[in-house]
Amino acid sequence: MKVKQISIFLENKKGHLLQVLETLGKANINIRALSIADTSEFGILRIIVPDVEGAKKALKKGGVAFNENDVFAVGVSDKPGGLAEALKVLSDNDINVEYLYAFVTKSAEKAVVVLKTEDIDKSIKILKKSGISIIPPKEIYSL
Amino acid sequence: MAIIWDQKAECMSQKERAVIQLERLKKIVNYAYENVPFYKKKFREHKIKPEHIQSLKDIEKLPFTEKADLREGYPFGMFAVPRKDIVEVHTSSGTTGIPVVTGYTKNDIELWGEAMARALSMAGATRDDIIQNCYGYGLFTGGLGVHYGAQKIGATVIPISAGQTKRQVQIMTDFKSTILTSTPSYALHLSEVAQEEGLISKIKLKAGVFGAEMWTEKMRDELEKRFKLHALNIYGLTEIIGPGVAQECLQKKGLHIAEDLFYPEIISPDTLESLPEGEKGELVLTTLTREGMPMIRFRTKDLTSLIRGNCKCGRTLVIMSRITGRSDDMMKLRGVIVFPSKIEKALLEVKGVEPHYQIIITRPHHLDEIEVQVEVSQKMLSDEVKKLEEIRKKIEQSIENAIGLRVKVTLVEPKSIPRSEGKAKRVIDKRSL
Repeated sequence: MKVKQISIFLENKKGHLLQVLETLGKANINIRALSIADTSEFGILRIIVPDVEGAKKALKKGGVAFNENDVFAVGVSDKPGGLAEALKVLSDNDINVEYLYAFVTKSAEKAVVVLKTEDIDKSIKILKKSGISIIPPKEIYSL
Repeated sequence: MAIIWDQKAECMSQKERAVIQLERLKKIVNYAYENVPFYKKKFREHKIKPEHIQSLKDIEKLPFTEKADLREGYPFGMFAVPRKDIVEVHTSSGTTGIPVVTGYTKNDIELWGEAMARALSMAGATRDDIIQNCYGYGLFTGGLGVHYGAQKIGATVIPISAGQTKRQVQIMTDFKSTILTSTPSYALHLSEVAQEEGLISKIKLKAGVFGAEMWTEKMRDELEKRFKLHALNIYGLTEIIGPGVAQECLQKKGLHIAEDLFYPEIISPDTLESLPEGEKGELVLTTLTREGMPMIRFRTKDLTSLIRGNCKCGRTLVIMSRITGRSDDMMKLRGVIVFPSKIEKALLEVKGVEPHYQIIITRPHHLDEIEVQVEVSQKMLSDEVKKLEEIRKKIEQSIENAIGLRVKVTLVEPKSIPRSEGKAKRVIDKRSL
């Protein structure tokens, strides 16, 4: 149930994000979800794409520093307290969240939250047990 | 009329001086050979004996001495006299590795004082002057070197060292200091503080004796404009004696080397052959009269050129141009000797770091700032900012441990540091020296 995420190093300078996005665009890579974590000097652009291999190839060719890692996605009901419910389960089980980012699907019934925790496998297991829906990779890629 | 400390030594004809130089050279070569095992061994390896020195040109037959040789002899291996005859020691400013130690006999201290008295006189110093000496007192040769020279002249010395800038400015104003001895960058800082305190117009400095770091004509103009003084260049090095090896006179056409005491040559750092007059190369110095630690053909690694001709000041001493660089990669940052190769080694000790980096030196507030830009490699990268920050700090720590100075490490994108064919340009010095 894990989802592949690509993390890209960006200097905090004008035009750098654009350059990376253009590189991916030219290679016909569609981005499903993204977030940026930044400091005053650099940022990390995290993206989820259906064509991971194609994206890696394009980035490599473009001389971009990137890294591939696992995250997972949960579906939470699009209403107040929806996300809190999922996070409480993790907190109760003493699992730290490293970061997360959310987006709303076209159908807008559920919000999708991409999560990275200390222990992804354990997180998926306990969330499932608590009845929280884990969105399979296939579904994420075709959002 | 220029003030000249030792009219005879400084103004004699070159012909007369050459006679004295040769006599002293023969004597010192023999003295070093007989008293320092290092020289005896080295001369033998090169199949050379003191009696082979029959002309000044014969000096070229002698092997060079390098900083590494002095380190090998640490601490007292290069001394030519029993330790009890050494009355003072100093060391180089390097904070890492083994420092270079130099030992002075009573006569050497006397010699140092003479050389420095000549230097300060070139800046117009007499017993009427008040010398504010901002060079550090201690193991560094700067402070005491100036001190001994000033005492010889009979000037009033303010042995204040560097630091406490506001107090410096107050004292400079109240005591009516006439000569400032400091690094040129500290002098600039002093001028700024004097300006802020509203005291700059009350300062009576007539000359500044600036050295211990590389500087430029642009900086001279700036210092002269701010303080309305003559900004003059001084040169020296621990291995030879300290400051006083060479000094600029008020003509500001370059530095007069006290060549009857310190014999200069210019060599090509590549072929090690002697270069003709006027050509730029590495300065090599031989101490002609030192007792405690004679230096034979010491490679300074400083790049300059020598020019003869009579100076308007009346001195006939050879003139060396302002030091414009080094034949090795040594830099001086905040007065500390730093080799970029050390920085490279330190950053490569951090896992995942590749040797694509650049060192950028700036001087935003009269203090050197060092930035090391390191390209992010695939191996270093993570999806978490925290982990990248950790690596960045680790590199900073590793470099600080190696060179003893705080640096700022910036992570940059791959291939963003220009690649060059052959020797990479690792250091970008943006200091407006």
